Amino acid sequence: MRGNESGVVTTRLDEVSKWAQRNSLYPLPFGTACCAIEFMGVVSSVFDISRFGAEVVRFSPRQSDLLLVAGTINYKMGHVLKRIYEQMYEPKWVISMGACASSGGFYDNYATIQGINQIIPVDVFIPGCPPRPEAVLDAIIKLQQKIDRERVKK
Amino acid sequence: MADDRTIHTVDDTTLKDLDTEPMLINIGPIHPATHGTFRVFTKLRGERIEKAAVEIGFLHRGFEKISETRKYTQVIPYTDRLNYCSALVNNVAYCKTVEKLMGLEVPERTVYIRVIIMELQRIMDHLICVAANLVDLGALTNYWYFFNAREKLNDVIEALTGARLTYSYVRIGGLAWDLPPGFEGQVKATLPVVTQAIADVTGLVERNRIFLDRTIGVCAIGADEAVGYGYTGPCLRASGVAFDLRKARPYYHYDEFDFDVPIGQSGDCYDRIFVRIEEMRQSIRIVEQALAKLPGGPVNVDDKLVTLPPKARVYSQMEALINHDKLIIDGIKPPAGEVYDSLEAPNGESRAAWSPTSWLR
Repeated sequence: MRGNESGVVTTRLDEVSKWAQRNSLYPLPFGTACCAIEFMGVVSSVFDISRFGAEVVRFSPRQSDLLLVAGTINYKMGHVLKRIYEQMYEPKWVISMGACASSGGFYDNYATIQGINQIIPVDVFIPGCPPRPEAVLDAIIKLQQKIDRERVKK
Repeated sequence: MADDRTIHTVDDTTLKDLDTEPMLINIGPIHPATHGTFRVFTKLRGERIEKAAVEIGFLHRGFEKISETRKYTQVIPYTDRLNYCSALVNNVAYCKTVEKLMGLEVPERTVYIRVIIMELQRIMDHLICVAANLVDLGALTNYWYFFNAREKLNDVIEALTGARLTYSYVRIGGLAWDLPPGFEGQVKATLPVVTQAIADVTGLVERNRIFLDRTIGVCAIGADEAVGYGYTGPCLRASGVAFDLRKARPYYHYDEFDFDVPIGQSGDCYDRIFVRIEEMRQSIRIVEQALAKLPGGPVNVDDKLVTLPPKARVYSQMEALINHDKLIIDGIKPPAGEVYDSLEAPNGESRAAWSPTSWLR
């Protein structure tokens, strides 16, 4: 961005939309298990996700642009997750929170999907079982950096 | 003009006049109102649910199947994730059951530590439950109050176990390690924070018209019905049945602690919330008494076939190293047989039934 003395700022449209996109992520917490409780901790006052502009939690895929998958996804839930992802409007991003969502975790069995990247694209994986709130905030920052680097999504 | 005002409520006659049709709504598995993953298909007339079809299994993770092929100690982390709001209680429930199968008596110090951590977890579980319920009623402020208190309790448990949610602290025949220095003072400093949070929240909701309208008389479940449905825990007590395993079949010296079991009258949402709030107060009393009585001594049973030797000895003595090796590789070996045990977990009876197939372990 470049400004001059008359108060006019010139920039590229892409930069403005990316700036807006990365600083006002609306997360949809697809919370199924333990990680969802930690996500409640991330939202609460001590860790306060709103410092990173992502505190407007929406439970409707139509109103959100960040799908935060927190918890184990089994085969029964898999198609629900895929449909929720498809219902979200572009631009959209996905964070896979915790070992279960990222890789099936220690549920290596008949019921559990071994990583949600088998069914939907994932932008950031967070390790941990469950990850600490700081790790979730780190993922949000990483995602913001990624949005900044990418070509603008329309 | 105050006299002319009449309050219009939507009752059955109004609905008949309006000629409304019942509305079918699918709630879940992902919906603002589903805490956890289940689906309920409802037939609504106004705000009254006429019929509901419930579907579960969206979080089926195959615990039982996995536990069949794990060693006894390896099952402990899985028990953390059964009810992840109070993981330590599940740890204790499982370990207590295996100890019963093996006929082990845990040391007194362990008993009291287990009581302390279980009651702290009961408070934490109820904090989440009530906070989440109040958020759904639109009372978001209470969520911040309760979660601040919960974070303080979390700090205590984190200092003890090293984890924030899934602790795996309890071991068969004892605990992973003893209390850290300063634990007692930390707990005593934290309990007033919880008491204050409870006072803040009850002060906000107790006489709040919206809260009362939305909870009193809503989904009232009578005593007979509750027993018929197999309710346990705070929901059963909210319906007026004074059944608490800590009183009915005392374990871990619960008969020596002075505490009350709160019961509700009508079994509606209001009672279910306030039974939990009162249980938190009672748990604080139990923790204080348990801290005062906390004896010294070891925390693990003195049995080489159950307890791992201390790390310092493992690294310096051959016998301890072999003992450690054997226990890790072969695992603990309870005798073949069936066992059932249960304890009062925050959300009702936590039961563990075990019929070991010894050749697998």
